[in-house]
Amino acid sequence: MAVSKQLKLQHLLWRAGFGPEARSWRQWELLDDYAWWPRLRSDSAAPPRFFDVADGAVRGLLMGIGELGKIEQTKKEMSTDQKKEVRKKSRENLQSLNLVWLEEMVRTKAQLREKMALFWHGHFASRNINILYQQELLHLLRTHALGNFGDLLRAVSKSAAILAFLNNQQNKKEHPNENFARELMELFTLGRGNYTETDVKEAARAFTGWGFKLDGTFVFRRFFHDTGSKTVLDKKGNFDGDDILNILLGQRQTAHFITRKLYRFLVNEETVPEERIRQLGDRFFDSGYDIMALLDSIFGSTWFFNEENIGCKIKSPVELWVGIRRALPLTLDDPEGQIVLQKALSQVLLYPPNVAGWPGGRSWIDSTSLMLRLRLPHIIAAQGALGLNPKSDDDQMMGQMRAGRLQNRLAAEADWQPLLDIFSSQSERDIIPSIARFLWQTPQANPPLAVLKRHTDPGSKIQLIRTAALQLMATPEYQLC
Amino acid sequence: MVIKRRTFLKAAALATTSLWVPRFLQAHARPGALAPNGKILVVIQLSGGNDGLNTVIPTRNDIYYRERPRLGIARDKALPLTGEAGLHPALPALKNLYDAGELAVLHNVGYPNPDRSHFRSMDIWHSASPASEYWSTGWLGRYLDAQCAGSTRQCEAPVLEIDDTLSLALKGERRKGLALQEPRQLYETARSPYFTDYSAAQSSREDDDSPAGYLYKTMAETLSSAEYLFEKSRVKLSRAGYPATGLGKHFKTVASLILGGAETSVYYLSLGSFDTHINQAAQQKRLFTELNDALAAFSTDLKNQGRWNDVLVVTFSEFGRRVSQNASGGTDHGTANQMFFLGGSLKQKGLLNALPDLRDLDDGDLKFSVDFRQVYATLLERWLDTAANPVLGQSFEALPFL
Repeated sequence: MAVSKQLKLQHLLWRAGFGPEARSWRQWELLDDYAWWPRLRSDSAAPPRFFDVADGAVRGLLMGIGELGKIEQTKKEMSTDQKKEVRKKSRENLQSLNLVWLEEMVRTKAQLREKMALFWHGHFASRNINILYQQELLHLLRTHALGNFGDLLRAVSKSAAILAFLNNQQNKKEHPNENFARELMELFTLGRGNYTETDVKEAARAFTGWGFKLDGTFVFRRFFHDTGSKTVLDKKGNFDGDDILNILLGQRQTAHFITRKLYRFLVNEETVPEERIRQLGDRFFDSGYDIMALLDSIFGSTWFFNEENIGCKIKSPVELWVGIRRALPLTLDDPEGQIVLQKALSQVLLYPPNVAGWPGGRSWIDSTSLMLRLRLPHIIAAQGALGLNPKSDDDQMMGQMRAGRLQNRLAAEADWQPLLDIFSSQSERDIIPSIARFLWQTPQANPPLAVLKRHTDPGSKIQLIRTAALQLMATPEYQLC
Repeated sequence: MVIKRRTFLKAAALATTSLWVPRFLQAHARPGALAPNGKILVVIQLSGGNDGLNTVIPTRNDIYYRERPRLGIARDKALPLTGEAGLHPALPALKNLYDAGELAVLHNVGYPNPDRSHFRSMDIWHSASPASEYWSTGWLGRYLDAQCAGSTRQCEAPVLEIDDTLSLALKGERRKGLALQEPRQLYETARSPYFTDYSAAQSSREDDDSPAGYLYKTMAETLSSAEYLFEKSRVKLSRAGYPATGLGKHFKTVASLILGGAETSVYYLSLGSFDTHINQAAQQKRLFTELNDALAAFSTDLKNQGRWNDVLVVTFSEFGRRVSQNASGGTDHGTANQMFFLGGSLKQKGLLNALPDLRDLDDGDLKFSVDFRQVYATLLERWLDTAANPVLGQSFEALPFL
């Protein structure tokens, strides 16, 4: 079965971004297929703006107290109330950062950059209560998202967020702490089975003394550093942390490991052809870890658009929600409801479950999370203003039954105009299949028309478009991209 | 064309709800249905790191009272278990169960290289991974996988969490447990005509091994489980009085499903937060009162209905707390902790092993002597009748208390 041009375009927009935006859909449709990828690239060319949400008070308490010896002292000097206040403010700021980033994913034309930043956020996963450290790390990820992996790795490895999260502040000559060195090899570069326990121990010695000041700037504490000789991956020398990073980047395995993970994120989670990974990984390695060149190889290929790679990926909660908001622009009464939603669906930005990031794929879906996903369009609509078919009263009720809190907090005003602009010219009988083709990425699935007819409102074309779009989003098919 | 039995049943169900045959009953009709021995496991997660030393108090230990001048619970306040140990005064129901030989306590449960982060340590307890590894499935989820492996029979909802979201512990590789706050809520969602119509229309795709097939199957199973659980929860409305607390309501739901004959073999509940860095005494007392009253109602109810021998209640927490109190009337994150086992079928009762040795600490923290995965192995093999090795990934010797 031939894959239509429309399906291919949507496939690219879902994988290299967060799905087609109803408002700009017409412009994309007019482009020739060879112009799609260059357009996505150029839309993400500009460096990202810095998200600064840190509270002045937090900054005041944490910044400017640079001297190392004083860190512990300063922390002790803070009263319990002050510490509590900093923690509370920091938590609030983290929520703000979460929402600012989410909003950027919805609105920015730099879709590719933010999508890749989300990938790196899952790769260099850090949980950290300190807002200053987290917003610096996020900025690093967004800045280097399409640049050079070596630069990214080096920057992340010197970030306070990662060094704090992986206990390298406690990594000292007399008492090495292996946590950072271990995750660096297992999760950030080589992957399990490609190094030994001795490599971890020896690398940990090389990172002794790598730390950060209270304000988050990197510092090398010579006094704590083990200057002795180390042997890592068959190389011997008086290595420091930078040497270890170079050794790891010098391993072809690192390029293959990153390529495989990225392939699963961008192309296909379940079917990963090893020969293709080897070729892509080699090219990535030979390019000196040029991320954009790797993306060129993936999105410029013909196999990317093969039917087996389309509509086969279960959207992460963030992809699902941002995708809905791009297809159906929403003005939310209470943006913080989106934090509750992320929690309920198990993907909270800036709170990955652990350093391994989100496992993804089928692990997103259980009975409870699927029912909530399916109900999302109804929850949005249950406000009444959107007007569902009277026959669908139970669906409306449903939105109000469980999690009343979430229901209220996701109240939103939807802007239907962009979708009406796209579909109003269709004849009534073509409307449901046309909207399905726009919202669904499952190539062979036809909407069960009889069911949809029973549960949409044919009262007017506008009502039909509205109710069909909502019902088509409340399906298993819409969970896929 | 052969119409699959399941498809036919679903079509029939659409025609009239009285013909609805829940998948659970289909499972029942097949050999090797879950929980063949009828045993039920109830897990209570004490979230936040419960202070074990103020739960079972070493009432003759000078070090304990020396390290906890403000927080230590006086010997005459504790509910005596042995000459050396007493229970927190807010747990009289557990004391009664202890006296009746229906409570066992295992001390010093933990794992090597303990992690003091709540999230990470909870991850380790849920996934049952070594502390150095990150697993994305949970032990009860893999129990489900093992139960359903190589079988076409339906396996939905034998593992239930009473909550809004599903914990990692209940997520398997191929199968996942089900989370609900209240059977009626899930049922109200699931009986949406749109969802039932839609699911029925796409039922031919459920056996597809693709992500799409997985979604259709999960949807169909959820709809049928929702109806099944709702029906079961109404068969025998428990008249027993349960406290109007969160945990009290959750235990009432569990009791109504057990007494209604649901085939669920594992129930998972949580209580918290036990993260008592400040003003521990009041917080722990409040939570223990909630725990105590709910367990009192539940054990009485099940005894009266003659089911207490089929039930085992287990408590755990992601870690214990440090031996010394801190300066804020609380305690900080620690390591090993005790687990409680309650039920009418214990082979060994009372204190199963020695109290923590406060003279032999690891930088102010208790040393573990029992790996929690050994406890899991015991629960799987001796209670749920399941080989533990495939679930835990290695062998652990079962303990003799079951």
